[in-house]
Amino acid sequence: MRITELFDNGEFVVTAEVGPPKGIHVDHLVEEAKEHLSGITAVNVTDNQSSVMRMGSLPTCVLLKNAGLTPILQLTCRDRNRIALQSELLGAAALGIDNILCLTGDHTRMGDHPGAKPVFDLDSVSLLHTVCQLEKGVDLAGNPLVGEAPKFAKGAVVSPCSDSVDAQLAKMERKVMAGAEYFQTQAVFDSEKFIQFMEQAKQFGKPVQLGVIIPKSAGMAKFMNKNVAGVHVPQWMIDELAADKEKAKAGITGVELAAKVIKECRPYCQGLHIMALGWEAKVPELLKLAGI
Amino acid sequence: MLLTKFKGKEALIPQLKGKVFLVTCHGCKEVNLSGAEHEAELLFNEALASQHINGLLTADYICNPEYLQARFERFADQVREADTILVFSCGVGVQTIADAFPNKRVIAANDTYPLPGFQGVTPLEHDCKQCGQCYLNLTGGICPITACSKSLINGQCGGAKNGKCEVDPNMECGWERIQKKLAQIGRLDALKCPVQLRDYSVDAKSE
Ligand code: SF4
Ligand code: SF4
Repeated sequence: MRITELFDNGEFVVTAEVGPPKGIHVDHLVEEAKEHLSGITAVNVTDNQSSVMRMGSLPTCVLLKNAGLTPILQLTCRDRNRIALQSELLGAAALGIDNILCLTGDHTRMGDHPGAKPVFDLDSVSLLHTVCQLEKGVDLAGNPLVGEAPKFAKGAVVSPCSDSVDAQLAKMERKVMAGAEYFQTQAVFDSEKFIQFMEQAKQFGKPVQLGVIIPKSAGMAKFMNKNVAGVHVPQWMIDELAADKEKAKAGITGVELAAKVIKECRPYCQGLHIMALGWEAKVPELLKLAGI
Repeated sequence: MLLTKFKGKEALIPQLKGKVFLVTCHGCKEVNLSGAEHEAELLFNEALASQHINGLLTADYICNPEYLQARFERFADQVREADTILVFSCGVGVQTIADAFPNKRVIAANDTYPLPGFQGVTPLEHDCKQCGQCYLNLTGGICPITACSKSLINGQCGGAKNGKCEVDPNMECGWERIQKKLAQIGRLDALKCPVQLRDYSVDAKSE
């Protein structure tokens, strides 16, 4: 099932994100996903997230699909050139993976193999364009594909709380031009900022899923403010997380804060994308509290 | 070493708005494959008739900002009147001029290609990787290949924080600079150009 069909039906689409392990045992990941994420629409599988080498996104997607979930294949341009990316897309289609999220990817310097060659032959925009070509039955060089062309729900990301919001909006427009059909956002903690962003982003007419992280502690919030692009946790949230350490540790404060953001932003977006970062077990509770 | 090759009249005419001031650099003349000076003169003569071109400056090493200022002094009036400055030089020269005249539409007339051999001795703040598909006309004269850590040509990635690049917090994000520059010179329309793709097969010999 392509999640674009759900957006078209006016459904509020909820997705969450899982990261493949650095190893070959995925039973735990699949079990956790089955237990906590079965109630949501689809599950993103990251692609060597933060440039840290792990098992591939595609095989993990297939395992999740076999377990009855709907996976979204994340595809970055950091590790593969245009030949490898197209090849991966054809493989995904053949294996029944028809939801994708196209990203440029973090620089290799950010991860655990800083000496690796950063590829970036394509970027998020030209990758979306490439997918559209494949859907038309030709590859990026114009050579015809044999048989039926693949068809994907083509997603992309945008950073509403970035301090370069104009550049982000310009890039979002280029992604739409290149074929993006839905957007997932970087984590939002400041509803005001998100609502302002959506005022501008709605002109592109594409569904946007609000990105949410459940904040685990004041320390984590400060760390993200300092190091994570496009993320800003307001001081009052940090104070609240610091006020009752036990409550924060149990995840109660984080779930409350995230639920508040979701409730405030819900009228302005078309879905929700949860980056649980190990707190998958809290997702059902979060959705309940947010009234979804 | 580098080679430059004329982008061609068809590619450039739509870029020229209002009065045009021409600059041709022959600092690296011996490697100027396109005969850019000759082409520049042709374009100049042709355009003189239509009164679009209001001056021509031929200089060497315009990539040196101090030189550049001295050379331009004589043409101060023409440059002030001009809307567009069309530059026949390598990528570094165009970037230097775009920097010196932040309110003008500075247009690269050439693509810059690498030539095996020694590297040019231009320890300046602007850098050109001689990509052979000069993007400066789409980026307000800031080179996306060298100013962006990922050499992105379709816009900013999600990694910039406080205007700095995700790879190096001491480096300004190239696309943040491009965005601001395009806004400053009223050329945000350049961001609506078609999807850009690098062609790693191009070299100076390919047509
Ligand atoms: S885009 Fe940059 S690297 Fe390419 S020719 Fe122009 S200045 Fe040189
Ligand atoms: S942060 Fe800016 S300069 Fe750095 S890779 Fe991303 S777009 Fe390029």
